Amino acid sequence: MNVLKETRGEKFFRVLEKNAVPILFLAICAIGIPFSGYSLNYLGQEVITRISRNSFLIIALLVPIMAGMGLNFGMTLGAMAGQIGLIFITDWGIGGIPGMVLAMILSTPISAFLGWMCGKILNMAKGREMVTSYIIGFFINGLYQLIVLYGMGAVIPIKSPALILPRGYGIRNTVNLISLRKSLDNIWAIKVFGLSVPVMTLIVIALLCVFIVWFRKTKLGQDMRAVGQDMEVARAAGIKVEHTRIVSIVISTILAGYGMILYLQNIGTLNTYNSHMQIGMFSIAALLVGGATVNRAGIGNVFLGVTLFHLMFIVSPMAGKNLIGQAQLGEYFRVFVSYGVITIALVLYEVRKRRDKARVGRLLAQDQTDVKEVK
Amino acid sequence: MIRVRQLIKSFGWPRIIIALFLLSLFIIAPMVGVKVSSSLSDTIARFGMNGIMVLAMVPMVHSGCGLNFGLPLGIIAGLLGGTLSIQFGFLGGSSFIMAVLLTTPFAVLFGFGYGKLLNKVKGGEMMIATYVGFSSVAFMCMMWLLLPYTSPTMVWGYTGSGLRTTISTEGFYLHVLNDFLKVQIGENFSFPTGMMLFFALMAFIVWAFLHTKTGTAMTAVGSNPVFARASGINIDRTRTLSVIMSTWLGAIGILVYQQSFGFIQLYMGPFYMALPAVSAILIGGASVNKATITNVVVGTFLFQGILTMTPSVMNSLIHTDMSEVIRIVVSNGMILYALTRKSEATR
Repeated sequence: MNVLKETRGEKFFRVLEKNAVPILFLAICAIGIPFSGYSLNYLGQEVITRISRNSFLIIALLVPIMAGMGLNFGMTLGAMAGQIGLIFITDWGIGGIPGMVLAMILSTPISAFLGWMCGKILNMAKGREMVTSYIIGFFINGLYQLIVLYGMGAVIPIKSPALILPRGYGIRNTVNLISLRKSLDNIWAIKVFGLSVPVMTLIVIALLCVFIVWFRKTKLGQDMRAVGQDMEVARAAGIKVEHTRIVSIVISTILAGYGMILYLQNIGTLNTYNSHMQIGMFSIAALLVGGATVNRAGIGNVFLGVTLFHLMFIVSPMAGKNLIGQAQLGEYFRVFVSYGVITIALVLYEVRKRRDKARVGRLLAQDQTDVKEVK
Repeated sequence: MIRVRQLIKSFGWPRIIIALFLLSLFIIAPMVGVKVSSSLSDTIARFGMNGIMVLAMVPMVHSGCGLNFGLPLGIIAGLLGGTLSIQFGFLGGSSFIMAVLLTTPFAVLFGFGYGKLLNKVKGGEMMIATYVGFSSVAFMCMMWLLLPYTSPTMVWGYTGSGLRTTISTEGFYLHVLNDFLKVQIGENFSFPTGMMLFFALMAFIVWAFLHTKTGTAMTAVGSNPVFARASGINIDRTRTLSVIMSTWLGAIGILVYQQSFGFIQLYMGPFYMALPAVSAILIGGASVNKATITNVVVGTFLFQGILTMTPSVMNSLIHTDMSEVIRIVVSNGMILYALTRKSEATR
């Protein structure tokens, strides 16, 4: 007797609302693609590139969602750690796969420390994890600037003149990662229907997916889901709630650091002071476009999200130019959509949270009337 | 001794540290060759510029809607009012008055919708407010390109359509408040009496409002919604009203800012304007659900003081401009401190 009696219309709208964001994006892409005038081949290539570039970062968001901590806006912390690793290996002149692995190794302790700190702070701000993690991102960005713009070259030894600003300390605005560029992508790139597919990168991403699926089944993963469902019940069951939450953020931060290194090896240049700030927003928007919500997200959402979000991102400037004659308009449009989709997802989450409470209430009321009728 | 300790506790450690930091900057300043009089004058001017935007936090905090991270929405209403006033060809002082009048309907409309939205998401207001601000700024980026403005001082010269990224207020409302009854002492110190009076007027209006029946109801809704409902207050309507007030104050705030600054900044200009205002009021001693006019005054003065003093003092002291980093760390650290305080964590 756990099914709520509701009219077909109500059910239809519930399903529609559940998938509102992906449907909306499908519509935007369906309108935008013909107007942009891009060939399907070009779009396919772009989508494959973006999937291999961004998926790892987005998957990093899944663990805190499992633990009920919402969207981890603090993933920029991991991104910063990854960038610090990349700056060091560039200075030491280590390129290729060894460089990448070394950068990952260097980023791990930094990410772990930042993640642990972030988790500690978020435990003090239960119930508003998202806005707090968002501000932590800004706060650590200040410290990152302090270290990279003033510390490096002055306190932390950096020798390469290609990295250091002419004044003698601080890292330049852009760091060329030419020795690293596409080193993973090119290991095993095959051509399928004229599209080049970076198989090795995709294998790494697939391995991460397997890890996430496996992780869900471990004791720690189960604990996290229990904490995500109800903190008090989990605590009563003997789970260390605070500890579990910190671990989930630490894992997410470390993964975000690796993801950032993967992302930058594909792009090939590091914008020292900007790259990490945008990455959080784009990853979160992409995940939400894939139909994830603040408390439920799976691997399917990641890939659907990357595809739809980046299709929109690629076609909108050209579509804007061809429709209204201003490419600038399309660019503003995609910025608006990125923020808009996060707004809508957050609002829907809060509204649904309240409506679910009401649903439970109605279910209870229905059960009671049913019992009366039987009598 | 106990008294001193209590005083310190009520004032809060972060505030004391920041105040001492600012004080030490003022002490060091003459030693490294920075003129205190001009620094003080700058601080006061910036206080006037930003004060009303910080004041815009107060109504929403009172009604329990949290810190107004959605300030950019109010700023957009102000931008619309300002550009329309210029478009209609008003000059000088009348352009400022018209800007205020033209802004008001937009601010009320936006605030109403924003308030209705926030009523649907009780408990998650701050995050959603942030993103309402962001997406409204991004939406207006498109609108600034498309809206049919024609005034040659505002649109791009070569296409004749689409507003410029920065528009000068010279000839319109530049310094209309700053120069009203301005007091000039010596070469370097000037006191923008008009702007300060305007801030005082706005602060008085908010203060007086919070002491009316509706204002008291607003405070009740913020501090104890269950009690408020029991005493027959319409919670949703009170909250909406507070959001409208905050939005309107944000709109007026940006107009005052522009008349002193000299430029209207469109497009991505208002994007990050909420964070300085939020941290200013927190530095002044406000928390997520408690804020007074005193918090606004103290906070804005401390925050703007640091912003003005650090670049000049730091520059002459160690020959590097670290002010940006200090600003980021201080302002966001302050917000973090407020968000993590135990007493307010249960809402």
